[in-house]
Amino acid sequence: MTESNVSTGIWDAIWEFFASIRLTIILLFSLAVTSIIGTLIPQNKPPMEYLQAFGEFRFRLFNALDFFDMYRSWWFQLLIVLLVLNIIICSLERLSALSKILFVKNPKIKPSRFRKANNKIVFDTDDSSATLQKRYASILKRGFTYYKTETIDNGLWLYAEKWRWTRIGVYVVHLSIVMLLIGSLVGSILGFEGFVNIPEQESTNRIFLRSNGQAFQLPFEVRCEDFNVSFYDNGAPKEFRSRLVIIENGQTVVEKDIIVNDPLRYRGINFFQSSYGKLDAPQNHAADETPPESLDLRVIDKASGAAHDFTTRIGERQAIPGGKGEFKVLAFQPHLTFGGQDIGAGLQVEVTLTGKAPETILLPLHFPNFDKMRGGALFFTVTGQKRRDFSPTEKSERYYTGLQVTKDPGVPLVYAGFITMLVGFVISFFMSHQMVAIEITSRGSGSRISVSGASSRNKLGMDRKIERLSAQLQKS
Amino acid sequence: MNSSSILSIITFVYGAAVFLYLVELVFKKSLAGRIATVVTIIAFVGNTTGLVMRWVESYQLGFGHAPLSNLYESLVFFAWSIALLYIFIEWKYKNRVFGTLSTALACCAMAYASLKPDQIQPLIPALKSNWLIAHVFTCFIGYASFAIAFGISLLYLLRRFGGPAMLDRLPADNLLDELTHQLVMFGFIFLSAGIITGSVWANSAWGRYWGWDPKETWSLITWFVYAGLLHARFMRGWQGTRIAVLSIVGFLAVLFTYFGVNYLPGLHSYGAPS
Repeated sequence: MTESNVSTGIWDAIWEFFASIRLTIILLFSLAVTSIIGTLIPQNKPPMEYLQAFGEFRFRLFNALDFFDMYRSWWFQLLIVLLVLNIIICSLERLSALSKILFVKNPKIKPSRFRKANNKIVFDTDDSSATLQKRYASILKRGFTYYKTETIDNGLWLYAEKWRWTRIGVYVVHLSIVMLLIGSLVGSILGFEGFVNIPEQESTNRIFLRSNGQAFQLPFEVRCEDFNVSFYDNGAPKEFRSRLVIIENGQTVVEKDIIVNDPLRYRGINFFQSSYGKLDAPQNHAADETPPESLDLRVIDKASGAAHDFTTRIGERQAIPGGKGEFKVLAFQPHLTFGGQDIGAGLQVEVTLTGKAPETILLPLHFPNFDKMRGGALFFTVTGQKRRDFSPTEKSERYYTGLQVTKDPGVPLVYAGFITMLVGFVISFFMSHQMVAIEITSRGSGSRISVSGASSRNKLGMDRKIERLSAQLQKS
Repeated sequence: MNSSSILSIITFVYGAAVFLYLVELVFKKSLAGRIATVVTIIAFVGNTTGLVMRWVESYQLGFGHAPLSNLYESLVFFAWSIALLYIFIEWKYKNRVFGTLSTALACCAMAYASLKPDQIQPLIPALKSNWLIAHVFTCFIGYASFAIAFGISLLYLLRRFGGPAMLDRLPADNLLDELTHQLVMFGFIFLSAGIITGSVWANSAWGRYWGWDPKETWSLITWFVYAGLLHARFMRGWQGTRIAVLSIVGFLAVLFTYFGVNYLPGLHSYGAPS
């Protein structure tokens, strides 16, 4: 055996290994089973958490097996690469065989294929083959795109077919999977995923990458003009909104309010609303931690719009004019929590509307419109407090907006892959190459007719089609 | 009358359909079967009405969102999808033998929904997207196909391994097998469309189309199982018992994607039972 023979032998073996459907099935089920691990073990947590949860032995074992970042582990990626190679080689092998039958101008009829078909229906008629041929031809031409007749043996064959091209459907799906993987590869090489927290009224061009926490320079500056959060009256957050401005070479080029599900996109870089928080502002802390001496509150009647201003102290009861009820500031809190978030300093106020049970409401100093969302008949807001230069309208408490910053040039390819996949499914699951043959043989003055068909998939559908066709032929 | 009370009545209408289909199956009374079909259609119309009313009610409350935002609403929609698909199968195959199990699945989904809080809640920011309807609709049509395929596979195995005699009235093995396969294909397209719409949505909300979140991963696991089933059948000629077993395993993965994942940490926690 020569050296080249040995190497062709190896290459053939490798090719055959990857061309096997058994490999496909094994890989699909292996991916299904191994993917479970990463859903049971939370991924990418600090090592200490794992050590506490699993103990030292299992921690070392799982760590060696990459279970803590398994979807990026070498063995999981290897499974995916094997699957893609498997898909490509299987497709190439079958496409080369398929191309021989895909582009034929004049399909050859194999009489035996149709004579032996399980769905064959035979009936006799009194008409001669010449008249039948004309009549049947017009029926076949209506339902199919290709039609021909052929004289073989002692009979006549009418043959029709359609949708030969749909045999490529499954390869369209395979192509889409390759597109998705190339798209994700492009994204992971040329793109990035990062985050940045920008305080209100500040701008930056430096973000931090999620992969390694390192700083990354953007080609322009982002400024957060304003951040706002609103809540439903059940405490669930309603909307997070950041007013962002893109500044390039000292010029404002884009200005946009972003909310979750509506990001800002500029030059291929996307800014998503992802979190928010309160800035530590040491100069305000002292002021925030201590209760104020006196408070200015405004009560607005939602229906009439009538406003009443009060100056009150903690624990002092105030009557609302018009006999609507009364209220009392129960306490000052340096940190109100609402919907699990720290919304800064605020007041707890007990409101008793006439004829109703007392209700405790929250009035955060930083969000003057907060109480509007409660949906009550009266809307309370804090307009001022007497204590060391404090004024809530000047926003002594500052918030920052947390932005997810991404760039992924692979997305168009991935989306093209999505569309290709769906198109491929429709072709390969709902359409098939359909062939029907009618054999007419003379019997005395009349003829014997055999109708049968074949299709590239959905045999039952073809059986029903043949039943309908033969009924139609008998009636014609 | 509000949507919740209509929907709780519909649970019993589905229950009545289960009973009538069973009467037809056991006593071979075709009249019971015809009534069962009418009852199922009534249940489906009532189910649709309940969903539409709930949608209207959410606007009256000032939230205004499609009734697809929590576990209760998704279960009601799941029942709706199963009923829709079953009515189509009965019409297409002119056969009522799958009626019992399909209406039973719809009835179970509704009964489970009735155990869950049914208040209409406002949408949290992450769910405020036009993709919500497309994503949930495609996923649940897929889940419903897999659910019925699961039921048929179960019947297939029961008869194969010595079930009650009335199962003899089921269609021939090859029809059961073919129907399972058709439903799995149909479900597979919708599952894929569901994963795709979810990815596009994730990309517009969080800036990444795939993040190995447990729900995403489990939907992919389900996808792998059914992809394996389809390849085994198309390319290796698997049939009968082996396909039925895979179809059952696939549906268990669907159930875990739907319910089980809520007990794991992740971004889809708004579907969590409470």
